[in-house]
Amino acid sequence: MREREDDWTVLMRSAISGDSAAYHRLLRAVTPVLRAAAKRGLARAGQPTDQSEDIVQDILLAVHLKRHTWDADAPFAPWLFAIARNKLIDALRRRGRRVFVNIDDFAESLPGETAPESAPASEVAAQLHSLPARQRDVLQSIAVDSASIKDTATKFSMSEGAVRVALHRGLANLTAKLREH
Amino acid sequence: METDQLIRTLAADTEQRAWPVGLVLGLVLLPAALVSVAMFAAGLGVRADVMSAMGNPFFDLKFAVTLALASSAIVLALHLSRPEATLRGWAWLLLVPLILLFGGVAAEMMRPQRVPMMTRLIGSNSMLCLAAIPLLSLPLLVAALAGLRHGASTRPAVTGGIAGLLSAGLAATLYASHCTDDSPLFVATWYTIGTALVAAIGALAGQRVLRF
Repeated sequence: MREREDDWTVLMRSAISGDSAAYHRLLRAVTPVLRAAAKRGLARAGQPTDQSEDIVQDILLAVHLKRHTWDADAPFAPWLFAIARNKLIDALRRRGRRVFVNIDDFAESLPGETAPESAPASEVAAQLHSLPARQRDVLQSIAVDSASIKDTATKFSMSEGAVRVALHRGLANLTAKLREH
Repeated sequence: METDQLIRTLAADTEQRAWPVGLVLGLVLLPAALVSVAMFAAGLGVRADVMSAMGNPFFDLKFAVTLALASSAIVLALHLSRPEATLRGWAWLLLVPLILLFGGVAAEMMRPQRVPMMTRLIGSNSMLCLAAIPLLSLPLLVAALAGLRHGASTRPAVTGGIAGLLSAGLAATLYASHCTDDSPLFVATWYTIGTALVAAIGALAGQRVLRF
């Protein structure tokens, strides 16, 4: 587990210095752990676990938009788990549960323990439709159609810079809408 | 949207590098401080005998206390803007202004005084003090909360309260240069009540606006 978390820290360091492949690897590596912990947290609160994917996506968005608050000299896992715990508590509170989320739900996930994606997430997809058209188109193109930034720019006759801005604003808006939701 | 798709999208958005929270906080506090200074200059102004007052250690102590409060609170607010941060090992910072203040109270007690204790405590400006510190704090508090929204505090009420202490510390620094009550007993009473009020407002507001 130590080793796994050290790997995460190394990947995150590369990620914040602009290595998007390392970032992609890191997010893929943490997702099954977050999923397992979200399911465990929901189960413990007596909630159906089919909403766990929404929580996972919520955590990933927060990780992304708040990554500047990670101190590159500190280990990555405690930072990640603090955000994850916060999001899980939020999700349960929104469902009217007063809960105490056990720190161990996140900190003690076993290396081999990962959960498969069960029910698909729906909240991000639903909020996507309420974004301004340009942001929605760009997000859809990159996320759903798997287009590159360059292809997306060509498709909508935008500059690559404008696509990047729309992408970033779209993600930030999406997160804000999920929070209000 | 599938999670894999979301991950790919997030990984595509790595060009935009966000500013550190400290920088953002500094940038928003600066214009807010100018607003507070303008409010202070228009409504109160520095006391007339400020030059001779500076020779009085109890006048100077007011600034040591308020600036210690503001700087401790800035350090704590930035610390708490990291999600994994707790107050453990850090809360002692808030003792620094308190120790200075109560050191001043003790020092004054040990000197012979012409004015009775209760008169010094009640002073001549207590109501103005109670109104001025929160009012001068407001622009700073709004700015501090806005700046801290850039962070990721998992304790939004606590962080909001600290933002209140920060802005009250700065506002009290301004007010201290107007106020002719220099007794540490006055400061310990009225400045503290004003500051506590701002901290409470900050905590209530923080609980709402500092969630992420």
